[in-house]
Amino acid sequence: MSVVVRIPTPLQEFSKNRETVEVEGANVKDALAALDTECPGMKSRLYDEEGKLRRFVNIYVNQEDIRFLQGEETSLNENDEISIIPAIAGGI
Amino acid sequence: MSRVEMESSVKPFKDVDKSQILKLIGNTPLLKVELFRDEFPEVEVYGKAEWFNPGGSVKDRPAFNMVKEGIKSGALRPGKVLLDSTSGNTGIAYAMVGAALDIPVTLVIPENATSERIETLKGYGADLIYSSPMEGSDGAQRLARKLYEENPDAYFMPCQYDNSFNPLAHEKTTAVEILEQTDGRVEHFVASLGTTGTLVGTGRGLKKNKPEVKVHAVMPSEPFHGLEGMKHIPSSIRPGIYDDLVHDNLILADTESSYDFAEKISREEGLFVGHSAGAALVGVREVAKSIKKGVIVTIFPDGGDRYLST
Repeated sequence: MSVVVRIPTPLQEFSKNRETVEVEGANVKDALAALDTECPGMKSRLYDEEGKLRRFVNIYVNQEDIRFLQGEETSLNENDEISIIPAIAGGI
Repeated sequence: MSRVEMESSVKPFKDVDKSQILKLIGNTPLLKVELFRDEFPEVEVYGKAEWFNPGGSVKDRPAFNMVKEGIKSGALRPGKVLLDSTSGNTGIAYAMVGAALDIPVTLVIPENATSERIETLKGYGADLIYSSPMEGSDGAQRLARKLYEENPDAYFMPCQYDNSFNPLAHEKTTAVEILEQTDGRVEHFVASLGTTGTLVGTGRGLKKNKPEVKVHAVMPSEPFHGLEGMKHIPSSIRPGIYDDLVHDNLILADTESSYDFAEKISREEGLFVGHSAGAALVGVREVAKSIKKGVIVTIFPDGGDRYLST
């Protein structure tokens, strides 16, 4: 499925300053792997050494947190939007 | 209605000096930290428990100071709304001060601020405008600035990142308290960088009174981090109040180690601190490792209850 991944500002150094990147993937895991292929270095920011999403990384599919769906196995439909959002807002 | 009639019909602010709740800002406890005692037995570590402020964080100090100065200068007067960008503690502090003094408050806050923060702000009666979660605090700052520039007469915008009364609050209160509470024995001061007001102001206040004090700043180790309240300065809008000459050392803290220290001190010492306090402890450990002997004071900006949903 062709989906759009929205990239937060602090990660745009890996996407060559693009706010969105189109990738192919049947589920979130595949889409994020494709994202890393397209934007090398992205994976090391999103995942820990054990291959799990870092604690503060929230992934949404069409505004729904994947924690409340099927996690990284959440399947995707054509033109779905994946958002990567840190669990903070620079809260000052 | 004439301008005079309009101004006289506007509700006046309450008297700053008569507010019971605002009198409780500052004079927070300095707690002994045992976390590193076994590893570094000759290093004494103390943390200022800033969650004891009435608004729940260190930000009560600069927020109140900026508001007081605004009232004193006339820039903040009845009829105006206090507007600023903040996804958390400063907003809560403004909201509390606003509620206590009858000052209307509007805050621009990123949509992905924690639910605890958002509900607390609403609880104090603040109006919220949401900015893009993809742009973090920089996005909120830009949107607040845009709103202000579209209608400057309607707003008082303290601009916590650029307002010298932010660090001045710490120079006049936090630093003074640390010197008193340690009987002048403080040798090293460690603080996390956000607006940088705490580090800059407290650092200045300490060095003015005891020039040999070493000041250590702690920053997130990468632009993409999970440390609410902290700023990776090289990749974001540099705060106008930031003075990198104040600190003698800059330590980088990764998110996971910071979370681990926050959890560790909560479970082992009953100090339920927030994530930026965890980052400060990463810094404290680096300093302790380097000095082997001495007295370190750090700031615990807020409590862990503000991070329950993350």
